[in-house]
Amino acid sequence: MKLVKVTIDGIRTEAEDRTPLVQVAQKIGVKIPTLCHHPLVEPYGVCRICTVEVHMRGRVRLVTACNYPVTDGIEVFTQTDRVRRTRKLILEWLLARCGHVPLLNTLAAEYGITEPRFGRGDDTCILCGLCVRVCSDVVGAHALGFFNRGTTRYVGTPYDEPSDRCIACGACVEVCPTGCITMDDEVEQIRGELPLGPMTAIYIPTMQAVPHQPVIDYDSCIHFKTDACRVCAAVCEAKAIDHGQQDRREEIQVGSIIVATGFQPVDPQKVPQYGFGRYPNVVTALQVEHMVNASGPTNGQVLLKDGSRPQSVGIIHCVGSRDKNTHEYCSRVCCMYSLKLAHLVHERSGAKVYNFYIDMRSAGKGYEEFYNHLLEEGCEFIRGRVAEVSDWAVTPAEQGKLVIRVEDTLAGLVRRIPVDMVVLSTGLEAREDADEVRRLFNMSCSSEGWFLERHPKLAPVSTFTDGVFIAGCAQGPKDIPDTVAQAGAAAAEALALIDTGQVELEAYTAWIDEERCSGCQICVPLCPFSAIEFSREKKVSTLNEALCKGCGTCVAACPSHAAQQHHFTDAQIMTEIEGVLVR
Amino acid sequence: MATTAFEPRIVAFFCNWCTYTASDLAGTARLAYEPTAPVIRVMCSGRVDPQFVLKALQEGADGVLIGGCHPGDCHYQEGNYKTLRRFRLLKRILSQFGVEDERVRLEWISASEGDRVQHVINEMTDQLRKLGPWHARS
Repeated sequence: MKLVKVTIDGIRTEAEDRTPLVQVAQKIGVKIPTLCHHPLVEPYGVCRICTVEVHMRGRVRLVTACNYPVTDGIEVFTQTDRVRRTRKLILEWLLARCGHVPLLNTLAAEYGITEPRFGRGDDTCILCGLCVRVCSDVVGAHALGFFNRGTTRYVGTPYDEPSDRCIACGACVEVCPTGCITMDDEVEQIRGELPLGPMTAIYIPTMQAVPHQPVIDYDSCIHFKTDACRVCAAVCEAKAIDHGQQDRREEIQVGSIIVATGFQPVDPQKVPQYGFGRYPNVVTALQVEHMVNASGPTNGQVLLKDGSRPQSVGIIHCVGSRDKNTHEYCSRVCCMYSLKLAHLVHERSGAKVYNFYIDMRSAGKGYEEFYNHLLEEGCEFIRGRVAEVSDWAVTPAEQGKLVIRVEDTLAGLVRRIPVDMVVLSTGLEAREDADEVRRLFNMSCSSEGWFLERHPKLAPVSTFTDGVFIAGCAQGPKDIPDTVAQAGAAAAEALALIDTGQVELEAYTAWIDEERCSGCQICVPLCPFSAIEFSREKKVSTLNEALCKGCGTCVAACPSHAAQQHHFTDAQIMTEIEGVLVR
Repeated sequence: MATTAFEPRIVAFFCNWCTYTASDLAGTARLAYEPTAPVIRVMCSGRVDPQFVLKALQEGADGVLIGGCHPGDCHYQEGNYKTLRRFRLLKRILSQFGVEDERVRLEWISASEGDRVQHVINEMTDQLRKLGPWHARS
């Protein structure tokens, strides 16, 4: 790396030999206007607006700064009369083609152009070629190109037909300096397909993600489609991006395991009468939760699918809970999150909010007070399970609305309530793969699929497998404070086990009476824990009590009664049998 | 003195992790069932030696019930498979002795199936009532 001395507008600096002049100027804070230049693509020198004056060994030249390589001892002037005159002429030529582009007009004002000498054209493309170069060099899609020559030159796709090579990445829109290229941004369509909002291909999964690091979405990253791009790697100063990373399996030795695999929300389509998936404005509570998030897709606004604000919103409780058709249990959290959403929706949109509940279950610190607060806030509460949601209007007031049909059990009549938006408070259910996880850890499940604790009161975070603990909604539906408390308990139990530094042996391990053992080896393959080995010297089977878990399968199989189990010897069980059969 | 009606006596061998826990659950859930099956707890249904079944029948039991975890769910990985293997062999011998099929039964009952314990014991008791007592010694 050879350093050279450069002077720009009287400022002396050093730079690597043959660095483009515009980069050196930018580093020391000298502004040079550019149009066709972008740090991610090779310099092109086509717009000429970056023209500067270079003095080298007594010779004076006008050059374009974007692609002029610096050499030792050059002196550069960016604001001389000659430079300004030249740039003014270039701008007038550009305006003759594109007379109404705001960026060009701002520049023109800087150079004192009020009425360009060659008139103002109506085009918007200055033929800088940034889009073409980004599409081929960065994205690697090669969808755009230049066509024709001279005055008829233009940017387009082959045969002016929509190109199937375009991956709609939007890079050309991003780099176009004049705003000539736009993207058909069908916001409603995108919101409909992606209720959680559009994302970039590289993102941090959640605000609370651990580790707090961005991930690359393999399916939408351009690099994995065209083998080009790598823009993120180019701009990352820490050089932290590695596209070559592969998934890998790691084996980690641990002392204890906490299973906190959580829950999944009930699929609202299991309750078809509420119209989720049929009516676009029937949404789940989680979707509304995402909407009211200030950094969400709607910037915290509660909006209908057409982008307008709802006048009235109905929140249906117990969707997928307390229902023999889905789950009989109460999901515990829906009442309170529905109340929270009712409050937020009212606050954000000013809409009238109706809550349809079976029973209001606001047990918890400060929860009942919050419910009372909502009652005072003017939120409507209707007690009764909703029969159906439809768009079938009977009266003019119901026209164009979603109608909630419900029996108001407090008023004793069936009501039809027209609303703009229906929110389904979906319950919690065990994860789809709970059964596989259960098998993996040798745990038990309740009939609803929640992992079973060893004892509801005496061992609430332990499982039937030593060293495996459970916490959170994997054990049953619960709210965040309860989950945090349980997680703390599980962590303490896990630590206590590790901290002891030793393992307590089972009290009821098997043992082998070597005097009686005939060495038949029937017991050896029966042991799933490989606790029994055959001793070649002694010609008997020997049992390692540290490995034995005490199932007694070997004892039941031993033909010579040499294998016995503590607390479960043959004699003890035989006596038990006699005992229970005494008349 | 009036003769009392025949009440069958069943010896139940329940594994500690599934069926015994299930019978515990049946208790906490107040599921009432016939008092005909005193339970002998073993750590795993794999501990049930076929001799235990023969011994129970010899000692005057009218039926024997073995309860284990569902296949694939054994706390000891595969103890219940070994039980099943032995049970099939034992059944062949028992049929030669003239022991009816209903008298000796193997059931997979998981820890959450308290109602299944109730159902199985009630059903077996009913069947044995119809079948009458097992006369081992005669």
